[in-house]
Amino acid sequence: MGSAAATGGATAGPSMLFELKRVRASRGGVEVLHDVSLALPEGATCVAGRSGSGKSTLLRLLNRLAEPDSGRVAYRGRGLDSLDVLALRREVALVPQLPALLPGAVADNVRFGPGLVGRDVDVGALLDLAGLPAAFADRDADRLSTGEQQRVMLARALALEPRVLLLDEPTSALDERTRDHVEETLKELRLRLRLSLVLVTHDFAQAERLAERVVRLEDGRATSPGLDPEPTSASRPSTVR
Amino acid sequence: MTRAPDIGFAQVGAALGLVAVAVLVSLWQRMRLENDIAVAVARSFVQLTAVGFVIQLVFEQDELGLVVALIAGMAVFGAFTARRRAASVPGAFWPLLVALTLAGTATLVLLVALGVFSTAPRYLVPLGGMVVGNSMTAAAVALSRLGDEVTGSWREIEATLALGATAGQAIRPIVRRSLRSGVIPLIDSTKTTGVIFFPGTMVGLLLAGAAPLEAVRLQLIILYMLLGSVAISSVTAVILAQRNFFTPAHQLRDVATPTAA
Repeated sequence: MGSAAATGGATAGPSMLFELKRVRASRGGVEVLHDVSLALPEGATCVAGRSGSGKSTLLRLLNRLAEPDSGRVAYRGRGLDSLDVLALRREVALVPQLPALLPGAVADNVRFGPGLVGRDVDVGALLDLAGLPAAFADRDADRLSTGEQQRVMLARALALEPRVLLLDEPTSALDERTRDHVEETLKELRLRLRLSLVLVTHDFAQAERLAERVVRLEDGRATSPGLDPEPTSASRPSTVR
Repeated sequence: MTRAPDIGFAQVGAALGLVAVAVLVSLWQRMRLENDIAVAVARSFVQLTAVGFVIQLVFEQDELGLVVALIAGMAVFGAFTARRRAASVPGAFWPLLVALTLAGTATLVLLVALGVFSTAPRYLVPLGGMVVGNSMTAAAVALSRLGDEVTGSWREIEATLALGATAGQAIRPIVRRSLRSGVIPLIDSTKTTGVIFFPGTMVGLLLAGAAPLEAVRLQLIILYMLLGSVAISSVTAVILAQRNFFTPAHQLRDVATPTAA
């Protein structure tokens, strides 16, 4: 498995999505990221690490759901604190861990984000993109299987027309078959919509399957050796198609 | 109208007989509440007697400033007390203090402006006590619910923020439920008043010898006044306190999220 994570001193080029410089971050008063420096280019990047390694906190920093204690987080070369945070979250959409659907119908969930800015969406088309039949639009969000909920959350994020998808353990609660389906959907989305993905997982095999680059986190520290364009198997065309 | 009964300490002492019944029940059922009952009886005697002297002083002085100071003191004490019940809400004291002050001021000013009561201390002091007391209970219930719901629903709130919602939009359903929980108890008791129980003002007036219909009219004014004041205090406390869960960048503060990394 190759690694393309940049540590210390990497500079953001035109294709650089996120850059973290000497970032420290805490959760519940405990520091969980220690002096992390990374550069995440466009494409599919996986942040892999064991439970408690700081992966979710790192992901929350990227769309400013959390704030670093110190250091700098930049998106396309600009510090996050200089950007409109609400617009950032629509452009860099997070698909959180379960359970996080809003009460009501599936369609209500999918329409929620665009509705905040007065935009309507084709719910059926978005469900189709996420691998669900359009008939799911009227289903009660509380009565979906875990795999269906995961796909609705994907459709809900896609409704924002994002340029980047942040995925927090997107298949951790799924059985193997459903996991494979979701992974296929993510690969297709990546190709059809030209989305960049930043995926957090504890499953190193999944990182290999889905991502072009992998950042390893251990105990809140990035252990990848530096900017390295060596691809994972997922970045080779044969595995993407 | 008949005359109000003469109440001396002998009569109060006689009422302790019923406290003895409560102590006996506690002993018989091994409830271990004897000490608590004793403390409650002693505290109620000391506190109410002290308040009685204070109120008597305020009545004799007949100074509006003293009335305002007394009600302000009640609001501060009420905010401290309610803060303990809303322990899961960060910085709850100031929202509660503002809520109680606003509810008390708005309600009493309106009643005086409408000519329902004069500014005499014998009206404003008991009315202020009732408004602050009921407003405190409603605001504490609403904030307690708010804190519990934010802590229990942090995933949904963050998911909503992640979709580009503002903090206010993300917490709106919880605010709605919290407000309902603050106001519903008084609405329910207002619905059942006179059928299941006689409210305190009416009982007091009847015991003091007032005509029943006169007591009813005053009680209705009090009930309607309290409905307004608990609505004001709940909405003020919840709207001010909900901000304390978020940063200016529409982030849920650590206080409401678990420590998972």
